[in-house]
Amino acid sequence: MLKRTPLYELHLKLGARMVPFAGWEMPVQYRGIVEEHLAVRQKAGLFDVSHMGEIRVKGPKALEFLQHMTTNDVSRLKVGQSQYSTVLNEEGGIKDDLIVGHLKEDEYFLVPNASNAEKIFAWFKEHEIPGAEITNESPIWGEIALQGPSSQEILQKVVPFDLNNLPYFHLRESQIERVPVIISRTGYTGEDGFEIFSPWDETPKVWEILMEEGKGLPLEPCGLGARNTLRLEMRYALHGNDIDETTNPIEAGLGWVVKLGKGDFIGREVLLKVKAEGPKRKLVGFELLEQGVPREHYKVLKDGEEVGMVTSGAYSPSLKKGIGLAYLRIEYHQPGTELEIQIREKLVRAQVVETPFWKSGTVGKIRAKEV
Amino acid sequence: MSVNPKELKYTREHEWALIEGNRAKVGITDFAQSHLGDIVYVDLPPLGKEIKKGETLLVVESVKTASDVYAPLSGKVIEINNALSKAPEKVNRDPYGEGWMVIMEIKDPKEAEELLSSEDYESYLSTIS
Repeated sequence: MLKRTPLYELHLKLGARMVPFAGWEMPVQYRGIVEEHLAVRQKAGLFDVSHMGEIRVKGPKALEFLQHMTTNDVSRLKVGQSQYSTVLNEEGGIKDDLIVGHLKEDEYFLVPNASNAEKIFAWFKEHEIPGAEITNESPIWGEIALQGPSSQEILQKVVPFDLNNLPYFHLRESQIERVPVIISRTGYTGEDGFEIFSPWDETPKVWEILMEEGKGLPLEPCGLGARNTLRLEMRYALHGNDIDETTNPIEAGLGWVVKLGKGDFIGREVLLKVKAEGPKRKLVGFELLEQGVPREHYKVLKDGEEVGMVTSGAYSPSLKKGIGLAYLRIEYHQPGTELEIQIREKLVRAQVVETPFWKSGTVGKIRAKEV
Repeated sequence: MSVNPKELKYTREHEWALIEGNRAKVGITDFAQSHLGDIVYVDLPPLGKEIKKGETLLVVESVKTASDVYAPLSGKVIEINNALSKAPEKVNRDPYGEGWMVIMEIKDPKEAEELLSSEDYESYLSTIS
């Protein structure tokens, strides 16, 4: 039985095509993936991401607990700041990637992936320590992502504080027309934007308020299809495709969220070894040099020999060509390396490129402003 | 949704065929293009390819997925719509016109009798959507 978000009825009214995803019935598209994708790059888009999980950790030992359970350095977070991080198993494999927000003194708000929320909650409970209280708040919170260069203009009309005071990777509690919300300046698109958590039953109200304010911009409702192409153009990893419990953060290119010097954490021993020996494979971005669309599980070849596998692939609406991510044997990870992707019976030419694929996202500008 | 032209024949896999003498022009239906969404590449077969009815004739790539298009009839590919390599979106915009895909030389005219009329195809659609 598929779960439904609080916005299910609204999606049907908007003419969405619904598909099963991570146990949820979710909109994959409304007017079309390309149109929705470009709306987010140019103006703004609204996504229902209520399927995402929410876990709260609070108490005097919350920091100590999260330092042990996640790879990034939580002690660097001031109240109001958040960070991207990973949770590893004992073998250094990625159980999930998530955002850790320092909501209040001794209180953290975590956002794991929909398909991993239960697993991460159970994993945390297994390692619980006195003084760190862990609550699975996934059933309480709906979540809407407002993404695109016009996001601030839209949201500013309905929140009672100056959004210039909420820089990239910051979060705070607030309200939207008396609905209590948590607003986080984060996203999965490469554009400026906000992720807005609201009580489950009041999420439709928040959606309608934002749609009303964005009318005429336009503000497009966007589905999982556009969410995927937008994130892939930024090379943001998708857990279950590009990273999972058999891949470690170093080979996945996520070494920047692993702080080996912060003290002990689960998976650290293995990562120290990986780092000392050097990874045997690496997740890289590639683009096709001919027509075609790479898809997950396609083989990657070099001079006829299999050297890797595609983990995510799509047609890039911004770049108008096939792009993808693949794990390649380490000797082939350099940008400019020519490869072939096996698409059905054909070998299609491709080359390793620098990522992100999409380099003009507004997220670059807000990040620069923050420093 | 546009009307499925009466002069065409259809398959349950959502291909259409315009049969004229021993030749058939082939494409996918409006229902198919609408379900695939934005089509970004049509992987056309080589000229001269011989194929049996029901085998994979070509592959259509949308942003979402890759989808096989099956031969509605047995025969040989004698013409392909090269315009689709530059403008695959023609399949979305005009599936029964500029979005045609190949022309086949038909091997066995009797096979055409097994194809659906536009009325039959539409009543089939009403059972699946």
